[in-house]
Amino acid sequence: MDIKEIKSKFPIFTNKVKGKKLVYLDSANSSQKPKVVIDRISNFYSKEFSNVGRSMHSLAVTATNRFEETRDLIKNFINAKFREEIIFTKNATEGINLVATTYGEKFIQDKDEIIITELEHHANYVPWHFLRKRKGAVIKFAECDKQGEVSINSIKQLITNKTKLIAVTHVSNVTGTIMPLSKIIDLAKTKKIPVLIDGCQGAPHIKLDMQKLDCDFYVMSCHKMYGPTGVGILYAKKKWLDELPPYQGGGGMIDEVKKNDISFPESPTKFEAGTLQTAEIVGFAESIRFIENIGIKNITQHEKEITEYGLEKLKKNNSVSIIGDPKERGAIISFTIKGIHPHDIATILDDDGVAIRAGHHCCQILHEKMGIPATARASLGIYNSKEDIDILNESINKCNKVFNN
Amino acid sequence: MDLKELYQEIILDHGKNPRNKKKCDGFNKDAKGNNPLCGDKIHVFLKLNDEKHVEDISFEGEGCAISIASASIMTEIIKGKDFNVAKKILENFINMLKEGSKPSINSLSDNENTTIMSLSGVKQFPMRVKCATLAWHTFLHAAEDNKKVVNTEK
Ligand SMILES: Cc1ncc(COP(=O)(O)O)c(C=O)c1O
Repeated sequence: MDIKEIKSKFPIFTNKVKGKKLVYLDSANSSQKPKVVIDRISNFYSKEFSNVGRSMHSLAVTATNRFEETRDLIKNFINAKFREEIIFTKNATEGINLVATTYGEKFIQDKDEIIITELEHHANYVPWHFLRKRKGAVIKFAECDKQGEVSINSIKQLITNKTKLIAVTHVSNVTGTIMPLSKIIDLAKTKKIPVLIDGCQGAPHIKLDMQKLDCDFYVMSCHKMYGPTGVGILYAKKKWLDELPPYQGGGGMIDEVKKNDISFPESPTKFEAGTLQTAEIVGFAESIRFIENIGIKNITQHEKEITEYGLEKLKKNNSVSIIGDPKERGAIISFTIKGIHPHDIATILDDDGVAIRAGHHCCQILHEKMGIPATARASLGIYNSKEDIDILNESINKCNKVFNN
Repeated sequence: MDLKELYQEIILDHGKNPRNKKKCDGFNKDAKGNNPLCGDKIHVFLKLNDEKHVEDISFEGEGCAISIASASIMTEIIKGKDFNVAKKILENFINMLKEGSKPSINSLSDNENTTIMSLSGVKQFPMRVKCATLAWHTFLHAAEDNKKVVNTEK
C-alpha cells in the first residue's frame, strides 16, 4: 500500500501549519477528508441538488436516488440484513440519544438498570443519565483496570434481572482498548439483554459485520470515517425499529395526519424527521467507496503497524508515560509527560505542526479513575506514517527543552 | 508566534513553584472556577477586610503551566491591594490578553509590571487565553460573593 499516494488524496496536507508540514494525529476526534468527498458535495450542489423524497420533478428523483444509494452502501459496508436498519442521524451522539429516548420511553421503568463502563465517552453516559433523571433508571459502571481493560466478569457481576440494556464502546477513545464485543454480546444474549455499541472509534478502523456481531444497536459518526460533519448512522435491528416509538416529530416521518390522531410509517422514515443533511449524506457515499478501495482490513493493518511503532518509540522516551496497556489496541495512544501539563504539550507540539488533542477527551469518569485530570492523545488515520511518529517524538523532546526538564 | 514568548522564565518558574498555593489562614471569601473543555480547576481563597483591602489571597487547583502561573502571579500582585485597585488591574490584564493593550497601572511597581507582562505572550495563543484568565475571574467571584462556579465555556 502506498501511503504517500493515499495521503496525496487529502487536500489539507498541501497546506502548511505555522510554516511546517501538518502532522495530523487527531483523527479520533475527526478525520480529514479526501478530495473525492469534498468534490462530490460540491458537484451534488452544482448539478443534482434538490430536497429528497418530497417533490415529483426529476431533480428530486435524482437527489432521492443518490441519498438512498448511500443507505445501501452503508448496509453492505457493515453487512446489515436490511436497508431499513440504517437510520441517518446528525452524529453518533444523536444515535445514542435516539435509543435512550425511544427505548427508554417504552422499556425503562423506575429502578431498571443500564450497564455502561468506566471507559465511556460522555456521549454514552449523559443520555442514560437523562433517563436516570426522567425514569428513575439506575446506571451501573463496569470497572476498567489499570491496563484500561474491562473484563467480561466485571460486566457479568453487574447483571441482575433488572438489567434492561448494556451500552459499551467498541474502542476506547482514550486508552485505545478494543472491547471484547462478541463475549459481551454472547453473555447478554443468554440473559436476553439488548446491547448498544458506541462504534465511533471502531467503524473507521475495523471491519464490521452486523449479522455476525449480532448487537442490537451500533452507532457511528461519519466525520470520523473520512466523511462530512453532520452525519451519523444508527444501525438497529429491525425488530427494535418496528417496536420503538418515533424520536422527533415533523415532516417526512408521518403516515397519515388527522386533527385527532397521527400515524407513522415504518423505519427508516419513522426516525428521520425533517430535511436531513442531503449533500453530506450523498458525499458520504464517496467516503465509503474511498475506504473500500483501500480495503478496511488494509487500513487496520497499516494503522496497527504505525501504532506499534509509536508505542515502541514512546516507551523508549523516559519522560513519557503511556495511558493504559490493553492487549488489543486500536489506533490511539494517550500519554502524559512528567512535569508538563497536556495543554502545554499540545501548544508546543502545535508549534511543530503536530496536531494532537489534550484534555479529558469527554471521558471524565475514566480520568478520575486513573487519577489524572488530563492526557495528551495521538490518534491515527490511514494517512499517518512512521515519519509522523518520529516528528511527534522529537516534538515531545522539545517540550522537555522548553520546560527545562 | 513564538513559544519563548509564551513560556518565559517567569511563567515557567511560577508554573513549577507556584506562590500562595494553599488555603490561606483566616480567609473569609472563596470561589471556584472550571475550564470544562480542558479540565482545569481552581479554588481561590481571599481575606478581604472591612475596608475592602486584600489582606491575603491564595489558591488551590490543577491545570496547565499557564493557568497555574497566572494564578500564582495574580496572588502575588493582588495581595496587599485595595479591592478597587485589584479590580482595575484585573480589567487591564484581561484587556491585555484580549486586545493586546499595554496595562497602564500606576499602582504597580516595576517588578510587578514585569511579572504581569510576562503573561502578555498568551495573547498570540487564542486557545490559551482562557487558561490565563481563569484565576482572575475566579478572584472576582470570590470578592463579589458570587456563588456561581466560574465556567470558561458559559
Ligand atoms: C467513543 C466516542 N463516542 C462518542 C463520540 C461522539 O461523537 P460525535 O461528537 O461525533 O457524536 C466520540 C467522539 O469524540 C467518541 O470518541
